[in-house]
Amino acid sequence: MSYEPKIVGFLCNWCSYTGADLAGTSRMKYPSNIRILRVMCSGRVDPTFVLKAFREGADAVLICGCHPGDCHYHEGNYKCLRRYHVLKKYIEQMGIDPKRLRLEWVSASEGKQFAALVEEYTQQIRELGPCAVKEELDKGEKKKETVDADLAKTA
Amino acid sequence: MTEEKKKIKMAVYWGAACGGCCVSVLDVHESLFTVVEHADLVFWPIALDTKYADVEAMEDKSIDLTLFNGAVRNSENEHMAHVLRKKSKVLVAYGSCAHMGGIPGLANLSSKKEVFRRAYHDSESTVNPDKIEPQTVTEVKEGTLTLPEFYEEVKTLDQVTDVDYYLPGCPPNTARLVEVFLAVVTGAELPPSGSVVGASDKPLCDECKREKSDNKKVKKFYRPWEVQDDYKTCLLEQGIVCMGPATRSGCGARCIEGNGPCRGCYGPTKDVVDPGAKMMSAIATMIDSNDEEEIKKIVESVVDPAGTFYRVSVPGSIIRRKVS
Ligand code: SF4
Ligand code: SF4
Ligand code: FES
Repeated sequence: MSYEPKIVGFLCNWCSYTGADLAGTSRMKYPSNIRILRVMCSGRVDPTFVLKAFREGADAVLICGCHPGDCHYHEGNYKCLRRYHVLKKYIEQMGIDPKRLRLEWVSASEGKQFAALVEEYTQQIRELGPCAVKEELDKGEKKKETVDADLAKTA
Repeated sequence: MTEEKKKIKMAVYWGAACGGCCVSVLDVHESLFTVVEHADLVFWPIALDTKYADVEAMEDKSIDLTLFNGAVRNSENEHMAHVLRKKSKVLVAYGSCAHMGGIPGLANLSSKKEVFRRAYHDSESTVNPDKIEPQTVTEVKEGTLTLPEFYEEVKTLDQVTDVDYYLPGCPPNTARLVEVFLAVVTGAELPPSGSVVGASDKPLCDECKREKSDNKKVKKFYRPWEVQDDYKTCLLEQGIVCMGPATRSGCGARCIEGNGPCRGCYGPTKDVVDPGAKMMSAIATMIDSNDEEEIKKIVESVVDPAGTFYRVSVPGSIIRRKVS
């Protein structure tokens, strides 16, 4: 089977989620690689959410919010924009290609643009290949058997 | 002499540590007499000559309290973590390294290969023409020599065994240690297993005496040596990255008292999963711009996010080491 990336999408309730919904109700086709989570505002996306998504096997994270100036809570998307740039710098240091994190503005009427964005981003991540985080970090997890085996040596 | 009070049995062990935590135990000064009055130290490599085999021969759960400091870097550290868990009633991850990986945990920003290359080949003081690297097993004519296995990554204590309490700090504030110690010897009711002890749930900023405003806005971040501190305003407001907002109080704000920023050694406040993530949020809130290009420039002035926001917590964080 060919590789299919998993993309976690955090979409704000007021613009981007509605935009994605529009894409759906208009029967536009876009890849099912994206798993969408609705958040009230892009400013609600705590860096922890993004890091957890990578830890649990996301190959990429796409955050979508209202266009600048349009955030339902005025400043949330700017806050998100600032976090996004800090996070990108950090994940790059941790060996995660910064292209795997993306922020885009999608309004409630931009269903078509949303579908095209998912299409294009999925293709980009497909070419980039799987993200190594989950596989590599799963390896070093605590195992009860190793404790028992180690102690057996001293018994 | 009257009947002797029942003493508790206590052990202090170091994994991958600098020795500072053991010294912090000595820093109880005169209280050391209180400690020895209440406790028999049955194992403490920095001070006593008890051998590993002696510990392995002890009855299970015969040590009342073990303070394990240092991270788990190699198989020897891990083995002793398993042994001490089995022999101890209460196992405490003592200090930042056991708690979150600590300064040795910064090695998780490099692979084992890179660490070895630097240490045994490239470093300026190394002469190693035969390119020798430590081996776990070496045969010599006198017999077999063994060394512990150096792991791919630095681990926290609770990544290799179950931990009852975390007593944070680099090193822990000695007064906090005495409080916890007295709670154990007096048989006071202990907090639920898994708790952080010897620290508060509130952020360090609550304990810090610097003048702070609610509206922190910054156009550029500085490393501490790049800017003249005014000795009274909140360091973050002066653009110096201070981990105060994302760190538990309990240390007495000792770094700030010394006019240095907090490095986060007491770990994240209650219910925070990832200390650096919390700090990234705080920093983002402070960036004084809504313009993408300017934001990027300001972010550039945060020179080393991984090493700054996770100075003492890389192994204990969500992305606990650099991936290849
Ligand atoms: S950020 Fe640092 S200097 Fe500022 S109030 Fe908090 S602990 Fe004090
Ligand atoms: S100020 Fe921060 S780094 Fe310094 S001792 Fe306190 S918690 Fe640790
Ligand atoms: S509500 Fe859409 S970004 Fe804030």
